[in-house]
Amino acid sequence: MRHSSEPIWWSLFAAGGVVAALVAPVQIALTGIAAALGWADDAFTHARVLALVSHPISRLYLFVLISLPLFHSAHRFRFTLIDLGLKQGRGLVAVLCYGAAVAGTILAALVLIRL
Amino acid sequence: MAEPTIALEIFRYHPEQGEAPSFRRYEIPYREDWVVLDGINYIKDQIDGTLAYRWSCRMGVCGSCGMMINGTPRLSCAAFLREYFPNPVRVEPLAHFPVERDLVIVMDDFMHKLREVKPWLIRGQETPLSEGEYRQTPAEVDEYKQYSMCINCMLCYAACPVYGLEPRFLGPAAIALAQRYNLDSRDEGRRERQEVLNTEEGIWDCTLVGECTTACPVHVDPAGSIQRAKVTATVDWYKDVLLPWGKR
Repeated sequence: MRHSSEPIWWSLFAAGGVVAALVAPVQIALTGIAAALGWADDAFTHARVLALVSHPISRLYLFVLISLPLFHSAHRFRFTLIDLGLKQGRGLVAVLCYGAAVAGTILAALVLIRL
Repeated sequence: MAEPTIALEIFRYHPEQGEAPSFRRYEIPYREDWVVLDGINYIKDQIDGTLAYRWSCRMGVCGSCGMMINGTPRLSCAAFLREYFPNPVRVEPLAHFPVERDLVIVMDDFMHKLREVKPWLIRGQETPLSEGEYRQTPAEVDEYKQYSMCINCMLCYAACPVYGLEPRFLGPAAIALAQRYNLDSRDEGRRERQEVLNTEEGIWDCTLVGECTTACPVHVDPAGSIQRAKVTATVDWYKDVLLPWGKR
C-alpha cells in the first residue's frame, strides 16, 4: 500500500541533517581549525591519527560523518532543482542527486576499508 | 486642520467587462482604530459599490477576509491601518488562487483537497449510543487541539511557495486537518488518510519552508503538523520493510 519511496530518502535526509548540524561542526573545529592552526600540539600527528582511524568504531564514525550529509545535500539539491523548474525531469533529478550520494558513500566505504 | 487620509490601492478585475486586472487607488479617512477591512467597507459604502470581496465576522473567526496586504497574506480584519500609515496600502486577492472578481478568489481547489483528507471521525465500528459518549483525557485532547483551530482562511496556501509552484500539492491546511483527526484518540481512519497524505503530492512535496506557520492567524502550525506526518509515514515504512510479518 506504500505509494512513495520518499520515507527512505527523507529519513536519510533527516539523519544527515542531524549529523551536519551537530557532529560536523565539532569535527571541523577539531581537525579543520584546531589541528590546522597548531592549537592541539601533537595530538594530531600522522601516527596518532592513523592509529585512531584504524579502529573499526572510528571508521564507522567517519563513514556516518561522510555518508549521511551527502544524502542530506542530495535531497536538498533535488528539491532546489525542482523548485527552480525542473519538474518535468523529476525522476532523472532524483536519480542524479541520490546517485551522487550513493557513489560518494561507496567511495567513502572503499577508502575507509583500505585505511 | 484637514482630517488625515490614507490611500488603499486595490486590485480590480471584472472579467465580464473584459478588462485586464488593474489597481485603483482610493483615498479614505484614516482612523487609528480602523483595520484594512473597515477601509474596504468604507469604499464599498461611500465611494465604489462595485468592489467585490468576502468578509463576515470582523473578528478573526470566520476566515473569510484573507487578502494579500502589501504582499503578505493576512486577515484584513486583523491588519490595522496604523501599521501602514502614512504609506499607501496595497490590497490584492490571495496569491496562488484564480481570481473570480476583484478580491474574491476561486476556492474550489482547496475545498476539494479538504474533502480528500476526510476531515471527520472515522470509526471501524460505531459503538451504540447506549454505551455513551467517546471519552477523552485532557492529554488526549491536547494531542490534536491545536490543529483543530484552523478557520480555513487559506492564508497558508497563499503563503506557501511550494503550492505556488505545484498546484497539485495537498497543502498546509488540508494536511494539518488530516493530522487533527489522525491524532484524535477516537479516530480510526489514519490508514485511509495515508492513501492521500503519503504521496508525492501529499506530505512529500513539502520542503519545510515554514511560511504557512508564519502566516497562520490562529497558530495552527501547519509546518509542524506536516513534519509529524512525515515522521509517522517514515516509521510506517520502516515497519513495513523491516517487520513485514508484523501486524500493525
